[in-house]
Amino acid sequence: MGAIAIRKALADAGVEWRDIQFGFAGSYEIDNPDAVVALMGLTGIPFTNVYNGCATAGSVLALAADAIRLGDYDLGIAVGMDKHLPGAFSADPRLYACPSWYGELGQFLTPKFFGMKINKYMHDHGITSPTLARVVAKNLRNGALNPNAFRRKPLAEEEILGSRMLNYPLTQYMFCSPDEGAAAVIVCRADRAHRYTDKPIYLRASAVRTRRLGAFEVHSPWLPIEETVGPTVDASRAAFEKAGIGPEDVDVIQLQDTDAGAEVIHLAENGFCADGDQEKLVADGELEIGGRLPVNTDGGLIANGEPIGASGLRQIHEVVLQLRGQAGDRQVPGDPKVGYTQLYGAPGVAGVSILSL
Amino acid sequence: MARIPIAEGLFTSMSDDARLIGGRCTACEIVTFPIQGSCPRCPSTDMTEHPLPRHGRLWAWTTQEFPPPSPPYLGPKGDAFVPYGVGYVQLGDDVRIETRITTAEGLKIGMEMELVLVPSWTDKDGNEVIAFAFRPVV
Ligand SMILES: [Zn+2]
Repeated sequence: MGAIAIRKALADAGVEWRDIQFGFAGSYEIDNPDAVVALMGLTGIPFTNVYNGCATAGSVLALAADAIRLGDYDLGIAVGMDKHLPGAFSADPRLYACPSWYGELGQFLTPKFFGMKINKYMHDHGITSPTLARVVAKNLRNGALNPNAFRRKPLAEEEILGSRMLNYPLTQYMFCSPDEGAAAVIVCRADRAHRYTDKPIYLRASAVRTRRLGAFEVHSPWLPIEETVGPTVDASRAAFEKAGIGPEDVDVIQLQDTDAGAEVIHLAENGFCADGDQEKLVADGELEIGGRLPVNTDGGLIANGEPIGASGLRQIHEVVLQLRGQAGDRQVPGDPKVGYTQLYGAPGVAGVSILSL
Repeated sequence: MARIPIAEGLFTSMSDDARLIGGRCTACEIVTFPIQGSCPRCPSTDMTEHPLPRHGRLWAWTTQEFPPPSPPYLGPKGDAFVPYGVGYVQLGDDVRIETRITTAEGLKIGMEMELVLVPSWTDKDGNEVIAFAFRPVV
């Protein structure tokens, strides 16, 4: 799948594999994503394997862009691929600096963290379960318009609310599913982009941040009394500052929707609304493709699953299509000019990228 | 066949008045659970044992309604699995600890909670493994 994604990206840019001067490849489940070069051609280029939790794909893109900025290369590739068997994420808790008993007792689980976080958020900010169901229904509707999506069947809000409760208030259909996927992005020096396309998309900023002490984070056997914002807020502020724009300038948004609650929380954490405003924004359809804040126009993780290494590059792919006006049935109207992507997850890491025409 | 704790150094005794053992940084006074070798706030490696209050308030919660992947989970699976609550309980001004809750029903943020020691499973040598949980104070 990695090779398929790379071939499509090369064809889109009108370049050959032998033109690629370096690569970064992200994956969680694939030990050695570098194996893809054997399928593409053994040209001897520096090719670096990256795993950085749920921000892997954002890190891959940031590293590829930095390699260009350093001046060492003109043209490179960022690729991500993953394949995950059904079932919740599982690992040895000691690899995440957690004690063994934390796993033995059934506390070393990501879905349970997302349940706790949105349950508390709903309590503090007046968000309701029907809002979570509306977010899922929207992402599945968007996924139905995306030929690459993994789930393409829309569901009624009642069906979503009525599906099996997994981690209160999150039901089965409110979570994304593990699956497999790959995505690739060609990066080049901005001043040479016109050689490859008449409508280049510029990476204005990318930022990766990890949790600070006091953030409410996954895999935490304890939290201090002192509270601070999560890494998404830090990465978002850093990226907006680098790009020299604000949330009000963004036309199309891709957020990490591991579950419906994550999309709701991330909308505020990335500065697109105040805490609690999501209830009305969702009810008014403002997050729909034709709304004021179109979120997860390709169906997000809920319709595309989470192949960790590829997930963030899938977001970039969608933003590029939207900014070029090539998103077909799911095209955001009004010629969007600025796109935004955000990743968040274990072990408390976030990545944000901002792109524009 | 004996009663053994799920881990050494996690609680002060195996009796009804047992307390969980946290760690306190002697330099900046932050409290962690369990005790760890170095401070997550300042660079100190001088952490001392700090018994935690037995009572606290529920700060955040959810339910666990499907059996977690095993390994690492060692509790009852399949038909024997019983859904449980999970949450953070704030213990005074010391720390918020993540804990299993003895019930998945009737949980509310802010409710008073107390520590209990609970038999969890039998290990391969036939020992009854004792873990901690919190239960709502009614
Ligand atoms: Zn300290």
